[in-house]
Amino acid sequence: MEPRNQSPPDPNPLTPRTEPRNPRTEPRNLRNPGTPEPSSATVELENVSVSYGRNRAMRDVTATFRPGAVGLLGPNGAGKSTMLKALLGFLTPDQGLMRVLGLDVAKAPLRIRARLGYMPESDAHIPGMNAVSFVAYCGQLAGLPAVDAMQRAHEVLYYVGLGEARYRNVETYSSGMKQRIKLAQALVHDPDLLFLDEPTNGMDPKGRQEMLELIRDLAHNKGVNLILSSHLLPDVEYTCDHVVVMDKGAVVAQGPIQDLKGPGGRVYELRVKGDEVAFVTVLRGQGMECHGTDEDVMRVFVPDGQDQRLLFELAARHGVQVRHLKPSMPTLEDVFAKAVGED
Amino acid sequence: MPIHDQSYRRYAGPRDEPGHAWTVIAWAGIRSMITKRMFIGLLIFAWIPFIVRAVQTYIAANFPQASMLQPTVETYREFIDQQGAFVFFVTIYVGAGLVANDRRANALQIYLSKPLMRMEYIAGKLMVLGTFLLLVTWLPAMLLLLLQTAFAGSFAFVRGNLYLLPALTLSTLLQVLVASFTMLALSSLSNSSRYVAVLYAGAVFFTEAMFGVLTAITGSTAVSWVSFSANLAQVVDVVFRLTPRYDTPWIVSLLVVVGLVVLSMSVLERRVRGVEVVT
Repeated sequence: MEPRNQSPPDPNPLTPRTEPRNPRTEPRNLRNPGTPEPSSATVELENVSVSYGRNRAMRDVTATFRPGAVGLLGPNGAGKSTMLKALLGFLTPDQGLMRVLGLDVAKAPLRIRARLGYMPESDAHIPGMNAVSFVAYCGQLAGLPAVDAMQRAHEVLYYVGLGEARYRNVETYSSGMKQRIKLAQALVHDPDLLFLDEPTNGMDPKGRQEMLELIRDLAHNKGVNLILSSHLLPDVEYTCDHVVVMDKGAVVAQGPIQDLKGPGGRVYELRVKGDEVAFVTVLRGQGMECHGTDEDVMRVFVPDGQDQRLLFELAARHGVQVRHLKPSMPTLEDVFAKAVGED
Repeated sequence: MPIHDQSYRRYAGPRDEPGHAWTVIAWAGIRSMITKRMFIGLLIFAWIPFIVRAVQTYIAANFPQASMLQPTVETYREFIDQQGAFVFFVTIYVGAGLVANDRRANALQIYLSKPLMRMEYIAGKLMVLGTFLLLVTWLPAMLLLLLQTAFAGSFAFVRGNLYLLPALTLSTLLQVLVASFTMLALSSLSNSSRYVAVLYAGAVFFTEAMFGVLTAITGSTAVSWVSFSANLAQVVDVVFRLTPRYDTPWIVSLLVVVGLVVLSMSVLERRVRGVEVVT
C-alpha cells in the first residue's frame, strides 16, 4: 500500500533533502526519538555550580528551559554565558547535573552538540574563508555530507540576509553581518536547539530589529527551540515566551513572561516633587515595590486590594506632591527589577 | 506553494556519526594551503634535492665510470638530513597559523561547539602539517628508492638493505611528528602566526647555537641533547644503523625527543579549549 502524502521522486539526486518546517504537524525530531515532547524541558539544570578559579560564576543553579523560545536574562556578569558554555561542555561544573534534550551533558556531549547550534557572543569565524565556504564547513563539521552542507549554506545565508554577500571573505564583514553569519553557522545543520548569546550585540537599530525578527520567526514559525541569552530586556520580551532571570550566578526568577508580569493595572508610573527618597521608603513600608527608570519617573507596584488612591493618601500625608501618575502595564523590566532587587 | 522557498527549511538528509570531523579539518587545511602560489613554489623547491639525487642515481646506474656515485645507505641518510631544511620552512609556513589564526578569530568555540572532540581538532590540524611534511620527506625518499631499483634493474640494493624501507619511514615519521607537535603547541600559545614563526625559528636556532657554544667550551659533543635538531639527527643515525654522530647516548636524545612531544601534547591539552579561563 502506498503511503499517503508521499512526495514524487526527486529527479535530481543532488537536490537537498529539505522541506519546509511545519511545527504544527511534524514530530519534533525525526532523527532522534529521544527528543523531548513539547511538554518536557529542552534543558534542565540541577544544583549546578561553576567556578573560574576562586570566582563562582554559577551557584547551585536549578532551572528548567521549556521548548520554544526562552530568554536567559540578567545583567553583565550574571552567569548567562557561563551557563551556555557549561551546557556546551566547554566548562566542567564543580557540582550538579545538566541535561540537554534529555541527554546528560557529562555523558553524551557529542550527541548533544550534534543537535545544538551555538551562536557565540564574541566575533567568531574560521579565518581565510568566504561566507558560504565557512558556513558549509561548519555544516560538514556537524556531520552533513559536503554537497548537502554547501546547499544548506546557501539557503541559510539567504535566510539570514547575507545572500548577496555570501562570496565575500568573512573578515571584511561589518559587525552586523558578523552577527548574521554566526547565526547562519549555528543553523546550517538544522539543530533542534539554538543557544544565542547576545545576538544583537553591536548591531544598528535596523539590523537589530531584523535579527530579532529572524529569532522570532525561528522560534514561533519554524519550530526551533532556542535559548536567548541577553541583558537587553526588550530583545527577550519581543522574542521569547518564557524567561529565566539570573543575577550574581543564581537563578532569581523563571517562568512564562506573562505569568511573571502578573495581571496588568497595578503598576503605576509616578513622579513626585519633594523628598523622593523618604517617600520611596514610605511606599516600601506599605509593601509596594518601587524602582527607577531611565526617565525621571519611578515604577510602583501596588499590592492586591489597593489602588492609586493609596498613593495619593501617602503623598498627602508625607507632604509630597504627585506630579505624574499613570497606570501602566507590567513589563519584563519590572519582573527583572523585582527579581534582582534593583532600585 | 512558492516555486522556491528561501525561508528556513529543515534538513532530513544523512549525517555522519561524530568522529569524522578531523578529516574535514585536515582536508580544508590542505586545500587552503595548496591555493597559495608561494607555498606551491616552496614545495617545488623542496623537491630539487630529489631531482639531483635521481640524476645521480641514473648516472651511477648507466655509466660504469661514475660508479662512485652509486647511492648507499648513507646517501639516503644524507638526503633525509638535506630535507631537514625544507621541513623547517614548511613547518613554519604551514604550521605557524594553524591554531594561532583560529585563536585570533575565536574559531575554537565554533569548532568545539560542533560534535567534535578537542583531540579531533588537534588531529585534523596535525594532519595538515604532517601531510605536507611527509610530502617533502617520506615521499621523495621512497620515490628515490623506487627509482634506484628501476634504474639498476634489480632488487639487489633493497634486498641487501632490507631495513632501509622501515628506516626511511621511521626517521621521516619521527621528524614529522616532532616538528608538527612542537609547532602546533607553539601555535596554540599565541594569536599571532608571525610571532609563532619567530618563536619556532628562535627555538631551533637558539638550541643549535647553545649546542655549538657548549661544544666549544667543553670540547665534547656530549651536550648535543640541548639542541632540537641534534637530538633528531642522533636518533635518526641509530635508525639507519649508523654510528651516532655525537657523544650523547642516543637513548638520551630519544628521551628528549619523546619529552618534547609529551610537553607539546600537554600544552595543546591546556590551550585548545572552547573557553579560556584566566584565573
